[in-house]
Amino acid sequence: MKNIIYLLLRRMRLPLVAVILAYALSIIGMVLIPGQDDQGNPWRMSFFHAFYFVSFMGSTIGFGEIPFPFTDTQRLWTTAGMYMTVIAWLYAIGSLFSLFQDHAFRRSVAYARFTRSVRHVREPFYLVCGVGDAGNLLIRKLADQGIRSVAIDRNDSRIQALSLEDLRVDIPGLCADVADASTLMAAGLLKHQCAGVLALTDVDNVNLMIAISSKLLAPNLPVLCRSETHDSEANMASFGTDYIVNPYDVFAKRFAMMFQSPSMYLVYEWMTSIREAPLREFARPPRGEWILCGYGRFGKAVRESLSFKGIHTTIVEADIAGTAAPEGAIHGRGTEAITLYEAGIEQAVGIIAGTDDDANNLSIIMTARDLNPALFTIARQNMQNNDAIFKVADIDVLMQPGTITAQRAVDLLTTPLLIDFLRLAGEQSEDWANVLVSRVVGVLTDRTPETWTMTIARKYTPAVIEMLRENTPVTLQALITDPRDSTARLPCVPLFLQRADYSETLLPEDDTVLQAGDRVLFCGQDHARTHMRWTVNNLHALTYICTGHDRPSGTVWRWLSKHQSG
Amino acid sequence: MNLEKVFFAFFIVLALTLNFGFFLGELDNPDHHNVYELFAALVVSLIATILKFGDRAHIGAVLLATSLVADLQLIAAVILWAVSVNATAAGMTPAIMASIVSLSGGALLANITSVIILATETVMFRR
Repeated sequence: MKNIIYLLLRRMRLPLVAVILAYALSIIGMVLIPGQDDQGNPWRMSFFHAFYFVSFMGSTIGFGEIPFPFTDTQRLWTTAGMYMTVIAWLYAIGSLFSLFQDHAFRRSVAYARFTRSVRHVREPFYLVCGVGDAGNLLIRKLADQGIRSVAIDRNDSRIQALSLEDLRVDIPGLCADVADASTLMAAGLLKHQCAGVLALTDVDNVNLMIAISSKLLAPNLPVLCRSETHDSEANMASFGTDYIVNPYDVFAKRFAMMFQSPSMYLVYEWMTSIREAPLREFARPPRGEWILCGYGRFGKAVRESLSFKGIHTTIVEADIAGTAAPEGAIHGRGTEAITLYEAGIEQAVGIIAGTDDDANNLSIIMTARDLNPALFTIARQNMQNNDAIFKVADIDVLMQPGTITAQRAVDLLTTPLLIDFLRLAGEQSEDWANVLVSRVVGVLTDRTPETWTMTIARKYTPAVIEMLRENTPVTLQALITDPRDSTARLPCVPLFLQRADYSETLLPEDDTVLQAGDRVLFCGQDHARTHMRWTVNNLHALTYICTGHDRPSGTVWRWLSKHQSG
Repeated sequence: MNLEKVFFAFFIVLALTLNFGFFLGELDNPDHHNVYELFAALVVSLIATILKFGDRAHIGAVLLATSLVADLQLIAAVILWAVSVNATAAGMTPAIMASIVSLSGGALLANITSVIILATETVMFRR
């Protein structure tokens, strides 16, 4: 704010001096030039009259020749004075307007507005650096849950796009250099409401810089970094970055899982999919020869995962030397039939279009499908705004780095229990995954399941704590009973139980007795969560579910019932 | 040589000298105090104020404050003059003249302060 005033005053110096000089000159002239009164006697304007006259002349209001008609000399001077003062005014007002249009001025106005709105944030918020596809999606998902964010990006149009989104909460946004520590501080890094920093720009080095700055300035704040290479991942981890998300790695591991244990893949896919997306049919990729177009960061991660599962890939790459492609790689982009023939498209069972250009990826898929219609197709979609064309292209598996990063980040931040669950689940057998899938399918309609955590603590589940205090055991069964009909189950499955001492149970049984400090991960339909919240907050509902009796709520009834039973 | 500093010094010293010229003379004698001089002192003092607009240095801010004080005193004197001559039956009296001159005397003090600060700054920053 101070900056703006200084800038304004500094720029207005010369115009204001011009206005004062024009006025002073006109006034002095009017005072010095002799005039006549209505009787023809010589008369001179006083300073007061001159100031009055010049004031309405300069602003072109024009009351006429006051108090007496002017002599010709006076009129001559008035003509000169009119042009002088009007030009001075135009100059001053023009400078003011051009200042308002000025890029630097508008930037400092935007900066002042941003710092003010950050200062007024009273609830926990995440600091999101880089609002590309991933950042934008992440902010929207957090906003859906009522969590606020503060966004900074180097690109103004991205901030503008964010402000046009119809979000439930207000997101302050600033266009500035995200790698600059002072920007981070202006965005509220040091505020105690700041719940975490997310470095989601496309450039690893910038993310690294953000992580270092925030770890130095606010060592206790969790930091999440997007990274694309193993090299920078190791670097980020070296100074204590809490979470590192590499979208290519995440996808490559999932993809490899599709070959080995499709049910497990389905579990992962469900638990980490976009909210309320329709339940997708699962396409199982065939084993055999695969063609991989583009051997960049994505291609390398996929090849590594696939060769781990014993699946051979033929690489098609335009820049073999630059990407250090292995022996036997075919030179070309993969968009031409000749290159694909060379790579053995007729014998291949699947193709992966993994270049960093969306148009090329689509072209690869279309060409390949012409040559071999039976191919299993996988495409990397780099830009979110190409959604529509990728959807109609009917591709078996789509890889969207932005979506993967955003989903992973939201899970890490809002449902840390889910990450623990997936880690343990990954170690289980395919049979176990089959059981889980059939259980979850049993409670679902046509939408993907929601996951949520229930923490047994006074703040979240006051009714349960109250029951435990009275030494009435509360089982998991009580939570998943429908509070409206105690014979029915809510459409949800308890997935994972983590006790206060960090002992963990996968798929806990219904008769598990809850303790204070337990955290339980559920998955199921969204409305089941709402009803479960009702149960754990309402002592009467919970008592009825656990004991089958209505609890007497008034003091008199309590006394009566005690004496009746005792 | 810094042209900005030259301009400011010129205006601030001119404001002082003009004001001094107006102030000089018998306190309540209208013949000793020239209205043109008061007008010139006010205009020059206003310009000196505007020249300090947007100065972020500490000394600049103090100079802005002292010249604002001078402006206020001079504007009060000018309004008093205009009102007494044009809006009262008695016109200019020695008592009112004395008030006007003492107001300009206050402005003179502020001008002197400005010049002292300016001189100090100039002496301290030898370049």
